[in-house]
Amino acid sequence: MSAQPTDLQDERLIINTGIGGAISKTRDRIKSGDLGNLPVIIGLLIISTIFQILNPFFLSSANLSNLLMECSAVGVLALGIVLVLLVGEIDLSVGSMSGLSAAIFAVQFVRNGLPLVLCILLSITAGAFIGWLYGQIYNRIGVPAFVITLAGLLGFLGLQLFVLGATGTINLPFESPLVQFGQQAYLGHFFSYLFAIAIAIARFGLGYFGAMTRRKAGLSAPSLISIAFQSLFIAAALGTLAWYLNKSRGIGWMFVFFISLVVIMDYALRRTSWGNSVFAVGGNREAARRAGINVKGIYTSVFILCSTLGAIGGLLAAGRLAAAAQSSGTGDVNLNAIAAAVIGGTSLFGGRGSAYAAPLGMVVIAAISSGLTLMNLNSSIRYMVTGAIVLLAVSVDAVARRSRTSHGRA
Amino acid sequence: MSIQAVASGTVLSLKNVSKNFGAVAALTDVELDIKAGEVVALVGDNGAGKSTLVKILAGVHPQDVGIIKIASQEVHLGSPSDSIKHGIATVFQDLALCDNLDVVQNLYLGRQLRGHRLDEVTMETTAWELIRQLRAKIPSVRIPIASLSGGQRQSVAIARSLLGNPKLIMLDEPTAALGVAQTAEVLNLIERLRDRGLAVILISHNMDDIFAVADRIAVLRLGRNNGIFSAKDTSRKEVIEAITGSVDNAVTQRAQAHSK
Repeated sequence: MSAQPTDLQDERLIINTGIGGAISKTRDRIKSGDLGNLPVIIGLLIISTIFQILNPFFLSSANLSNLLMECSAVGVLALGIVLVLLVGEIDLSVGSMSGLSAAIFAVQFVRNGLPLVLCILLSITAGAFIGWLYGQIYNRIGVPAFVITLAGLLGFLGLQLFVLGATGTINLPFESPLVQFGQQAYLGHFFSYLFAIAIAIARFGLGYFGAMTRRKAGLSAPSLISIAFQSLFIAAALGTLAWYLNKSRGIGWMFVFFISLVVIMDYALRRTSWGNSVFAVGGNREAARRAGINVKGIYTSVFILCSTLGAIGGLLAAGRLAAAAQSSGTGDVNLNAIAAAVIGGTSLFGGRGSAYAAPLGMVVIAAISSGLTLMNLNSSIRYMVTGAIVLLAVSVDAVARRSRTSHGRA
Repeated sequence: MSIQAVASGTVLSLKNVSKNFGAVAALTDVELDIKAGEVVALVGDNGAGKSTLVKILAGVHPQDVGIIKIASQEVHLGSPSDSIKHGIATVFQDLALCDNLDVVQNLYLGRQLRGHRLDEVTMETTAWELIRQLRAKIPSVRIPIASLSGGQRQSVAIARSLLGNPKLIMLDEPTAALGVAQTAEVLNLIERLRDRGLAVILISHNMDDIFAVADRIAVLRLGRNNGIFSAKDTSRKEVIEAITGSVDNAVTQRAQAHSK
């Protein structure tokens, strides 16, 4: 018994070791309703199969490369939505925020001729300030976030139109770095393979040193072989993806930027005390308060981050479109961002979800949109299909939650 | 976990503490002194103001008037973090745990080991040490609280109160949800805390538990002090009389009916 790691000594624990153990553990987890990312991945496979049969261009390198670029801007918005959903609130105004940010940038950069970096900073500061304002209204007056951000949705759309002025649309010069970033900047062969290998090596290094520390402290840890196996799998998967996308334009820097934000956010949520506090506030607000967590500060920080990410997403969208228009950030942008977060597996009731919900959900939405566009179906069908998928995603989550409760998995 | 021995002396002292909820006076002029290395049982009927007093000391809602002194320094407990900072740890009746977080995350809620990232390994080993010390039956510290039983949750909540090196621990009905063996473990634990020089406030309705570990028994009745007894020189009858406010009460009536 004493040879057992500290955390595996309880006789009631079912211990699964080796590859067979890993498989049976996964099977038990799925059976009990802890689905993880499985529904999204199965959904993506089904969507891809259907569209590929209907139009062979769907899974082509060029279309996938374009799809990843398309999902980056709104994906950044969805990342912000994941954060507010984690504390059990909602932000309906990220679309307006992104449009306003694009308008501020375009007016300062094109009309007033300010330097690019300053214009970007101005837009992002505006986003952070609006988030701070939401936080103050929420904490001090106690207006529900739903109402505050609904007011923001309308108010900042108005402000966006006011900032743009009479001309309406402001085109960004094609050679400006933001537009280049949004339309022309791709990784190319060297960087794409370098990243694939670097990520795999980082996975191995972190896994190896993490396991060493745990073993030294007398805790259980994954074996060297399984870490090596995972790293090789990551290298192979990313390498194949890079190779396939490189047959056309490749992977956009904008997508890499989006994924970097996701990785940073994932780290912050899982490995910092701030992240733990976010989950605690979403899970049980009163318990978090009694544990001495600055609950109001957590709300403010989350609103600030969400609006700031909204502003950043707006800049990316402006770069992609090469313009800031009256329609920037309106229409389905808001709803797509929220739908992506929910489809990716973030609970609407707070305390459950991960940063990776944003890219996963966003790829699903972008795939549907791209597939339907390829079939020459107009937006009426697109809205209906996306609506059905959102309902399906939340239903799967609701059924899985019931199963989780009865199997004792929160 | 390291609990330093505190020099004996008055840890906590309340003077004229009052709290109103609207038109209801929940507490009126309550006084209480607790020395280091002493277990004080706080008893009273439902609505006597026990939980209100706990919440004031835990910083959940501050008193309207009155003075709270910790180590003879007047303090203001305006928020839960104030209380924790002044060395008051509380195990609430509803435990105040986050169902969606695992045992380690709950133990370190609000006082995570800082640095540029969480020291997960130290947190996990310390969690195991604490759980083993309390002899709590928890199969894994990496499972969410939602999957634990009532008694296991109680153990987690008590373990959490010990983490911050407190001077005073308040336990609100700690044995209400526990089995026979676990109740005995909690009582042992309370004695161990006292031996290490901590002050303990125990709130309980269970006379057996109170007389097993308490040094003094403070009775609240309708929001006022109604006597402080030394556990050695008091009978249960006296305490029950102080709680109910009369010699002829439901408890004595039942006892008479049964003895007939």
